[in-house]
Amino acid sequence: MIYEVFRQERKGQPFQHAGSVEAPDHAFADVYAREQYGRRGESTALWVVPREAIVEVEEFVDELNRNYHRVDGYSLKAKLKEARERVGSALVARDR
Amino acid sequence: MTEREQAFLEYVQSGGQVEVGDWMPDDYRAKLVKFIEMHGNSELMGVLPEREWILRAPTLQRKLALTAKVQDEVGHSQLIYRVVEDLGKPREQCLDDLISGKAKFHNVFHYPTRTWGDVGVIAWLVDAAAIISQKALLKCSYAPYARIMKKICWEESFHILHGRDVVLTLMNGTDEQRELVQEALTRWWGPLMQFHGNPIPKDDDPMYVWRIKSQGNEEARQQFLDGYVPQIWELGLTVPDPKLHENDDGVWEYTEPDWDELLSVVTGHGPKSQDRLDLRRRAREHSAWVRSIVLQQAA
Repeated sequence: MIYEVFRQERKGQPFQHAGSVEAPDHAFADVYAREQYGRRGESTALWVVPREAIVEVEEFVDELNRNYHRVDGYSLKAKLKEARERVGSALVARDR
Repeated sequence: MTEREQAFLEYVQSGGQVEVGDWMPDDYRAKLVKFIEMHGNSELMGVLPEREWILRAPTLQRKLALTAKVQDEVGHSQLIYRVVEDLGKPREQCLDDLISGKAKFHNVFHYPTRTWGDVGVIAWLVDAAAIISQKALLKCSYAPYARIMKKICWEESFHILHGRDVVLTLMNGTDEQRELVQEALTRWWGPLMQFHGNPIPKDDDPMYVWRIKSQGNEEARQQFLDGYVPQIWELGLTVPDPKLHENDDGVWEYTEPDWDELLSVVTGHGPKSQDRLDLRRRAREHSAWVRSIVLQQAA
């Protein structure tokens, strides 16, 4: 069976994919993962996960074009410019 | 090349990376398998020259360090074969092809280790040459391979440290010890200069075209010379190449390496090729019972 190994370098950091090991069962996977990714104290923790247990999601279709979820849904730059120009001309008018 | 293959090629050439289940052109997959399998074979065969010195190491500390290096390299081969397996070639088949002589491994592992001086020179300079190639794989277009390379490069840096320490200790010792290192360097220089392969332009190298490697052969060799020749010289060692020097523009000139020797050695005609393959064959037979028990118990 193939096990994917994720390692955490220091407490609080994200677990990152390191590689995979092949093992006949969980107990062997534990030993192999320790040997490959923990022998020199380079990891504080490992996640050893059977590959088939991983649900992979790759397609992110935005059929409704919900741009209010995204940065590009907000065009502040042009609006801010307009606002600044408006206030600027108002100030000029007041100072007169 | 189909439109899809062309798009893939442009994707990897612009720095794109590929994951395990992604679609890839057959030619790309075949090149990956060939390249990565040879790397795995080299890690596995690379422990044999050093293994011969475990029992003869001069101190307990050196014995432990050498054993750890051997363990590291075998670990690398396991990780690398795992990557090859995901590309479609099972590890058992890689091992079959290795011991039958069908598959290749790096030239430097076909030579004898005559003295403890050779052990130092191998760990220092062969590993230095190897780490230059391996660092260039950190950017490999095949991401699972690039990721395991982080761990591999990190461990190789320990080996260089170990090798340099062995060499420095000998160089600070007696005349006889210095002579051991000089003789070893003289023996290894030819194979070291052949290590990075013939200087074909990188754009003609399919491994570069697919961005499996990120640098050309000559680039790697120049980097090796640049980094290590000054370190060799400062110890009072002589590089056995009267032509070797650095030009004003920073490019190293050297005597043309013996490419015929390289070809003959990697096709199994090196001084130790057959002995080492025999040993690997016997080891595989002798350990068959362990594999069968482990697999039975787990089933």
